[in-house]
Amino acid sequence: IFFLRKSRERSYGAERRLVAAPRTETASHPLKSVTVTVIKSGTKFPLSRSSSFGSQMSEGSSGFVDPLTSAMEGADPLSMFAAEEQTKKTSRSASKPPKESAEYFDDTFEPWSSKKMAILGKYTTSEKLSIATSFLSGPDKEKGAKAQTATVSDKVKHRLEQLDDFEEGSVQEMLNLSQQDYVHRIEELNSALVLAWEQDQRVKALKIAIQCAKLLADVSVIQFYPSKFVLITDILDTFGGWLIYNLLVIHFFFSFVLRASYDFTPEQVPESAKETCRNWFFKIASIRELIPRLYVEAAILKCYNFLTQGEHSRALGRLALMSRGCGDPLVAAYVRCYLCRVGVTVTPDFKDHLMICFDDFIQSYQQVMSDNVQNTLAVQKLELGQYLQLYMPAVNWILQCSAHKASNETLTQIVERCKEQKNRALLMNAVMSVFKPEFISLRAIEFNQIIRDSGDTIFPLHVLYRSLGSCVALSEPPNEHRLPLLNDVWKVVTKLKNPNEYIMCAETWSEFIAKNFGKREVNTILGDIIKHMTPDRAYEDHYPQLISILNKVMAHCKDFSQLFALEKFLPFIDMFQKESIKVDACKMIAECYVRSQNELTNDPIIINSLFFICKTMHDSVNSLTLEDEIRAISLLICGFIRSISFGQDKEQQLSFYVESRAAFTNIDTVLIHLIQSVNKLAMDTRQIVHGNHSRKTAAFVRACAAYCFITIPSLHSLFGRLHLYLISGRVALVNQCLSQGDAFFKAAIALLAEVPKSLEIDGKHRPTDPLLSDFMSNFISTLLIVPDSPEQGVMYLLRGLLNVVYEINWDRNSDTKARVFLMVLAMLSASVQDTFIYTVDKVDSNDTLYGSDPKYLDDLKKLSSTLVTEILKHLQTLDHPDTHRRQSVLAHEFFCCVIAHADLTSESMLNLAAKLWKLSQKHGLGDNKLSVRTLNSVKRKSSTVKAPQSGAYKQLLSQMQIQSRT
Amino acid sequence: MTSLDIKLRKVNKVYREGDMVSGVVVVQSKTEVPHSGVTLTMEGSVNLQLSAKSVGLFEAFYNSLKPIQLINYTIDVAKPGKLPNGRTEIPFEIPLKTKGNKPLYETYHGVFVNIQYLLKVDMKRSLLNKDLQKQCEFIVEYKEQKEKVAPKKATFSITPDTLQNIKEKHIVPNFEVRGRLDSTICRLSDPFTGELVVDSSVAPIKSIEVQLVRVETCGCAEGYAKDATEIQNIQVADGDVCRGMAIPIYMIFPRLFTCPTLTTSNFKVEFEINIVIVFTDDHLVTENFPVTLLRF
Repeated sequence: IFFLRKSRERSYGAERRLVAAPRTETASHPLKSVTVTVIKSGTKFPLSRSSSFGSQMSEGSSGFVDPLTSAMEGADPLSMFAAEEQTKKTSRSASKPPKESAEYFDDTFEPWSSKKMAILGKYTTSEKLSIATSFLSGPDKEKGAKAQTATVSDKVKHRLEQLDDFEEGSVQEMLNLSQQDYVHRIEELNSALVLAWEQDQRVKALKIAIQCAKLLADVSVIQFYPSKFVLITDILDTFGGWLIYNLLVIHFFFSFVLRASYDFTPEQVPESAKETCRNWFFKIASIRELIPRLYVEAAILKCYNFLTQGEHSRALGRLALMSRGCGDPLVAAYVRCYLCRVGVTVTPDFKDHLMICFDDFIQSYQQVMSDNVQNTLAVQKLELGQYLQLYMPAVNWILQCSAHKASNETLTQIVERCKEQKNRALLMNAVMSVFKPEFISLRAIEFNQIIRDSGDTIFPLHVLYRSLGSCVALSEPPNEHRLPLLNDVWKVVTKLKNPNEYIMCAETWSEFIAKNFGKREVNTILGDIIKHMTPDRAYEDHYPQLISILNKVMAHCKDFSQLFALEKFLPFIDMFQKESIKVDACKMIAECYVRSQNELTNDPIIINSLFFICKTMHDSVNSLTLEDEIRAISLLICGFIRSISFGQDKEQQLSFYVESRAAFTNIDTVLIHLIQSVNKLAMDTRQIVHGNHSRKTAAFVRACAAYCFITIPSLHSLFGRLHLYLISGRVALVNQCLSQGDAFFKAAIALLAEVPKSLEIDGKHRPTDPLLSDFMSNFISTLLIVPDSPEQGVMYLLRGLLNVVYEINWDRNSDTKARVFLMVLAMLSASVQDTFIYTVDKVDSNDTLYGSDPKYLDDLKKLSSTLVTEILKHLQTLDHPDTHRRQSVLAHEFFCCVIAHADLTSESMLNLAAKLWKLSQKHGLGDNKLSVRTLNSVKRKSSTVKAPQSGAYKQLLSQMQIQSRT
Repeated sequence: MTSLDIKLRKVNKVYREGDMVSGVVVVQSKTEVPHSGVTLTMEGSVNLQLSAKSVGLFEAFYNSLKPIQLINYTIDVAKPGKLPNGRTEIPFEIPLKTKGNKPLYETYHGVFVNIQYLLKVDMKRSLLNKDLQKQCEFIVEYKEQKEKVAPKKATFSITPDTLQNIKEKHIVPNFEVRGRLDSTICRLSDPFTGELVVDSSVAPIKSIEVQLVRVETCGCAEGYAKDATEIQNIQVADGDVCRGMAIPIYMIFPRLFTCPTLTTSNFKVEFEINIVIVFTDDHLVTENFPVTLLRF
């Protein structure tokens, strides 16, 4: 069958007027649900979603679901989280008492939980530990089980041992545990405790608690002691929490549990609960050893609430006094620390015990010099300075509790007291770490004096300066104090010989300097750091600190040009000699730059330094680099490129891009960014000259096009190249560079032939068909306005494209080829119009070039007829039961194309349309709803178009029937 | 399976003379329980025992060591008949009153002297079934007296010179511990308190402990056995404590194992406190204080 295809004549303007919907201005986003719009009524597009009104959004549930909100499924995550937490809180409170009364503790009080991790991280050991308990399966026991071949007597002995093990009282000691094993064992004890509670073995639970507390009396591996304290007090907390819960639950005290409030008066407590409670206290009071007794009583201190009001305050005071009985000063300090910890949760307002603890601690310091402690240290080969640092968490906590919400006078008193002590260094350090930084920094000079005069040769000086440094970094001392303070401090710090100690100080002080001083001081400190770090390549061991310093300097820098101009800055960067560290440092600098450099710049210093930095990052990318890493780096580089602008000097800008291309060849994203930037540059130029290019500007935009043309082939991504060719071609076209444009399009067509059937995208193999058809649609619509070259025949680009389409080895299971032909058909019908639907300013498209020349029209007609035949052939190949569905869909699409573009008054076209409709309905596989809609649209068309056309439509209508599926 | 139990109304089971001991006898069974009577007995007695070392000496007046009965009542809780299946609670009330002129001593569990009060429930049953019995202890305390006894402070100072059983005092390394006990006349319901200060000690201290000791005397004027045994030992200081710092002494008197100091014609129960200082070389120094325990 041969159809001569004939296009309908179109009057685009009239059609547009006909279909245009009346427009009204709106003040709100139509996709937003109602409540939100009310809140943000000022903005036209309230798409920015802040969490503050997230909850209202979920409440205002209208019938329509915004695709953006629907992703959140009901409540937004924040409010859902909050609700969840609420329920968690109530459910948890049934099993655990609330840790702290929230209204008393604000942000200024750093909770214990946040310190735990730090302590566990800091105080570690490689020594062997031992644990003594009867509740764990020891490794030696397992060993015993393995030794099956032992003699009979051994067997009997072994059995007896096993019997002993089952007996609860038998304590066995596990020696030679590594730190990890030890932690693991303690966790086991914790779960044993919980299990004991759950099985209602209360005596066993108490025994576990006592044995745990006993471990705290042991100072054999002293470096680990603070961590041990953290681990074991956790168990004790669990113990105390469970006890309270049990008392409440067992004695039908549910109402309080459910209300999750623990504020009841002793009168409300039933007698049975009181009795149980008293029994517990009697039991604990009869524990022979002091330290377990102290810890366990403190752990269940809250239960005093069941007996008499205010009893726990008295008990706290008593326990604080009793802690004097601990002979080892370290153990005593930690007992006090635990008392304070329990104290703040039980009676936050009660402070008497805190002062007792504090005073006692000061007094007991003299013991550090006693033979006993010295012997321990000698055995464990620990220096006194290190030993003193073990006290830090405990002292800090005691002081923090005492200082919390205390008046300035009290604080001053404490400081005065500390000053008088022999061990003021440790105390001062604690004061500086826990008091409000404002308080410290106001008196920074005074503190500095104290530190200098302390003459304490034991406590490490750098720790003190570090603490002071973090205080002044957080809150600035008065203006006039700053410089003298810095001078005084640095005089000492710079004399620190140990690079480790030095860098610790420098790390904290660098923030203070970066924040409060100018470039001169920053330069000086950087220089000083370099001087200290260079001998023996000390910097190699302190990269984290150096990075942190760099971070601080960068974070507070306002002017990058000044910073990069600093004499010592680049040498400082040079210290990062390990490749990965260097890249990290560069990344950080680039991040800071991208984040805080908001204005465009053309400062040569910035450009040079950042060029160097970006180059370093870029060069670190290799085939092993992770995808995310590459993405992060490329974003940073793009950010840098974007921030550079030479204003009107476009040539300079282009040469910058040329340089960048030379430097960053490896990363696709950056190259794409560069090409787009250059395209933008061309468009900017066009805007400046208002489309009338002079000779100079024309040459420049051609240079831009050349840049793109050269750059695109070096991209790895095939579709990236395709799209860029298209875009660059358009830009060239708009800038009247016709031959360049042609070149781009030709390149694109040539490239199309290389597209494989499937590509790996995001780690999965996907067919390229959909991508290709998207690109084709875009490309073909551009081809409409590309003027034919005088040397070539009519529509030679399109023909070239069609040739490629023929040649592409299409997937047999897809109809993309036919769809492409449909697109071309639509484009061809657009090209026969007198004036095109769109054109480019100052570029004559084919409509003007040929002026509806009959030969041209004839050529097009022939071309379209060939295409129609091709499509029909393809439809025929689909006439197979398996492909009927595809056939009907494609036929329907073709039908739509025909009624949209073809001249139906022509007999052949009308026949074609009718036949296609029949084909689409033939097997009853078409989309019924779609058919009805199409039918209606044809009806509408028949009533709107003019006379001869409308008759044709009506005729077509008469032949259209919908065959519904039965 | 039939089970028998006694549930007292008071949770802590503490009664004073003249109080009404009330509660329920609980019978639980899946089937009907035929029985020939349920009786409840209240018993109170002092049991005296001889320590092994004094047995030979005392065989002569052995009869003076038989239990002294303080109270003995029996009441019928249920007449012979049948109890329904399920849980049956039979309430009872027995006044706690002394038998004749014997005073009701406080409950006390010692080594050689035991003062114990029991409630026993017996269910007599036919020949085929065993009789059921269940007993339950309750605690008797003295009434708190109105008048308060003034505390009697005691101070002490322990140095090598105060040691009694050592002849060559000069070889003892020097030390000085002083302190005070808030009172040697103590209320049983209050903790025992005081403080001590280690002023100096050449030898390092390992531990300081407070030991509560009972002194039980059995027998009469003709001959008696006196034995001192430890009730509990509470550590007040662990390790080589800070010199010059006042360490509190704090001990709670354990229930059941202590009672007000008691002197009768047949037996005596007295208490003592020992302050024990242990040095790292395991030498120990003890200072003894007799104390009077009272309930007021």
